[in-house]
Amino acid sequence: MTKFEIRGLRADVLIGAEERQEILKGVDLTINSGETHAIMGPNGSGKSTLAYAIAGHPKYEITDGEVLLDGENVLEMSVDERARAGLFLAMQYPVEVPGVSMSNFLRSAVTAVRGEAPKLRAFSKELQQAMGGLSIDPAFAARGVNEGFSGGEKKRHEILQLELLKPKVAILDETDSGLDVDALKVVSEGINRARATGEVGVMLITHYTRILQYVRPDRVHVFAHGQVAESGGPELADVLESEGYERFVKAGASQ
Amino acid sequence: MASPNLGITEHSHGAGEIPISKLDTHGSFDVNDFPVPNGREEEWRFTPLRRLRGLHDGRDIADGVVKVDVQAPAEVSVETVARDDARLGTSFLPTDRVSALAYQAFTEATVVTVPADTTAAEPVFVRITGVRQGDAYGHVLVHVRRHAAATVVLEYSGTAVYADNVEFVVDDGARLDVVSLQDWERDAVQVSHQYTRVGRDARFRSFVVTLGGDLVRLSPKVGYTGPGGDAELHGLYFTGAGQHHEHRSLIDHNVSNTRSRVEYKGALSGEDAHAVWIGDVIIGEGTQGTDSYEHNRNLVLTDGTRVDSVPNLEIFTGEVEGAGHASASGRLDDIHLFYLQSRGIPADEARRLVIRGFFADLINRIEVPELRERIMAEVEEKLALHE
Ligand SMILES: Nc1ncnc2c1ncn2[C@@H]1O[C@H](COP(=O)(O)OP(=O)(O)OP(=O)(O)O)[C@@H](O)[C@H]1O
Ligand SMILES: [Mg+2]
Repeated sequence: MTKFEIRGLRADVLIGAEERQEILKGVDLTINSGETHAIMGPNGSGKSTLAYAIAGHPKYEITDGEVLLDGENVLEMSVDERARAGLFLAMQYPVEVPGVSMSNFLRSAVTAVRGEAPKLRAFSKELQQAMGGLSIDPAFAARGVNEGFSGGEKKRHEILQLELLKPKVAILDETDSGLDVDALKVVSEGINRARATGEVGVMLITHYTRILQYVRPDRVHVFAHGQVAESGGPELADVLESEGYERFVKAGASQ
Repeated sequence: MASPNLGITEHSHGAGEIPISKLDTHGSFDVNDFPVPNGREEEWRFTPLRRLRGLHDGRDIADGVVKVDVQAPAEVSVETVARDDARLGTSFLPTDRVSALAYQAFTEATVVTVPADTTAAEPVFVRITGVRQGDAYGHVLVHVRRHAAATVVLEYSGTAVYADNVEFVVDDGARLDVVSLQDWERDAVQVSHQYTRVGRDARFRSFVVTLGGDLVRLSPKVGYTGPGGDAELHGLYFTGAGQHHEHRSLIDHNVSNTRSRVEYKGALSGEDAHAVWIGDVIIGEGTQGTDSYEHNRNLVLTDGTRVDSVPNLEIFTGEVEGAGHASASGRLDDIHLFYLQSRGIPADEARRLVIRGFFADLINRIEVPELRERIMAEVEEKLALHE
C-alpha cells in the first residue's frame, strides 16, 4: 500500500534568466495505490506544470509545499532518484532523443529502476510481449527514442514504459489526446493492465470523458488557476463535459 | 518536437549569403610560392602557428621517424616507391606552404592501386605510426580504377610532427570509402592534405575521425573529373583539454551534375579545447545541377572550450539544384537529459547516452565493424576523463 501526497505545492515556471511566473498556487491531493484520480481543467490552468514539477523538470521551480511518497520527500531527490523511488510521468509531449535507440534506452531504464540488469533473453521477450500488447511494431525498438514518431506512437511508447517500469505512482498527462479510437482502446488497456496489480496510484490528466469510459476513475478533480478547485466522484466528469469549465474560470478570474 | 537538439542555437543561410574573398584553388609545387604564414592570413588565422613546431616555416630537419605498414587483400596492389615515381603528384597542386613542403621533403611514397572492375574483398589498412618524435613527411596515393571498389583505412598513431599529402583518385564508375583515423598520442602534430578527384558517376565517401594529437589540421579537398560524381565527407572529432583540431574541407563543383554532402560533428571538453571547422564549397561557372549541403555541429561539454565554425559557399552560376549549409554549437540539451533521468537513468549515464547518440549515426555508417567499436570505445574513454 502506497500513499502519495501533494501538500500545499507552489511552483514557478522559469521563463528567462530573470523572469519567472507562479503557476501552482497551493495544490493538495492524496492518491493511494489502487486508486485512479482524474484531473480535468482548462488549458493553461497548470496541469502539466503540476506533473513536470513533481517529476523535477528543470524549467520549473518549486517554491513551497511537499510531495511525499510513503512519507519520503520526493522533492529532495534528483530526477532519476524520483523515478527509482517509484514515480512515473507519461508526458504530454514526449521528448525526442536522437541517436539513442529505444531498446537501449528501455534496457537502461529497466536496469536502473529494478536495480539490476535483466537477463538479455528474458528482457527481449518481455519487451516483445509488451510491445505486442500495445500494437507497436517491433521495428520501433531500433529507432531513436521518439525520433520522428507520430503523436500517437509517442503516447503508446509512454505506456510501454509504464508497463515495463511498474511504478508506484503514475502521472499520465493527456495520454489520450491525439489518439484515434482504436489507439485509445489499446492504450487504455495498457493502463488497465498496469492498474490491475492494484499496486499503482494513477493521476490521469485529461480534457475528455472519452478515456474515462475505459479507465474508470475513483475521484475526479477540477484544476483551475493552479489549484484543485473542486473534487467529486466519477459523475463530476459528466457534469464538466456538459457544462464546461466556465464556472471555475470565472471563479478564478474574480479572485 | 521539430528540432532534435533543443539546446542548440541553429543558424542556417540560404545560398551565397557569405561572399568568399579568396579561396585557395590555385596551387604550386614550389614552396617559395607560399610566403611563411604569420597567422593573420585567412587560412592560418585559427591555427596556433607556434604549436606547428616548425612545420610551416620548413625547417625540414627530418629527425622524426614514421613507419608505414599496409595490409591489403591480394587483389589490391601495394607498392613503396621513390619520390620520382611518375604517378605521384599528378592529381593535385599543393594549396598551401605545408603541403608544398611535405611534397618536397618526403622520401618514399605508398601507392595503393585497385585494378579496374575489381572489388576489394577486405578493407586496405594503411598504418602510419610515428616511432620517434620529430618532423617527418609522407605521401600516399590511392588509385581506384574504372568500376573498381574499395575501402581504405588510414590510421595515424604514435607520435611525430608530421606533414603529408594523400591523393585519392577515383576513376569513372568507381567507389572509394575512406576512413582516416587520427589517433595520435597526445604530443603529436599533424598537418595533412587529402586531395580527391572523383570521376564520372564515381562515388567517394570519407570518414575523418580525429581524437588524438596536440594539433591536427586536416584539409580534405574534392574536385570532380566527370559529371555524376558523388562525394560525402563525414567527420567526427572529440577535442579534449588543450587540443587543437582543425578540419578544412573544400568541395569544388567544377563539373555539372555533381553532388556533395559534408557533415562534421564534434564534441569539446576541457580547458582550451579548440575545434575549427571551415567548410568551403565552390559551385563553378557554367555548371548545372549541383547538389550540395554542408553541416557542422558541435557539442560543448564544459566551459573553457572554443569553437570556430565557418561555412563558405561561393556560387558562380544560377543553375544550382540545391545548396545550403548550417552550423550549430551548443551544450547538451537538459530536456534530453531530463527525459532519460525521468525513467530512472542516472545523470552520468544519461549524459553518456546522449553524447553517444550524437555520434552514433555517423559511427554506425562506418562499414568496418572493428573500427566502429574502437572509435566508440575511445570516445567513451575521453568522456570518462571529464566526469
Ligand atoms: N516557458 C513559459 N513561458 C511562459 N509561460 C509559460 C511557460 N511555460 C508554461 N507557461 C504557462 O504556464 C501556464 C500553465 O501551463 P500548463 O502547461 O501547465 O497548462 P495545462 O493545464 O497543462 O494546459 P493544457 O490543458 O493546454 O495542456 C500556462 O499559462 C502557460 O502559458
Ligand atoms: Mg498540459
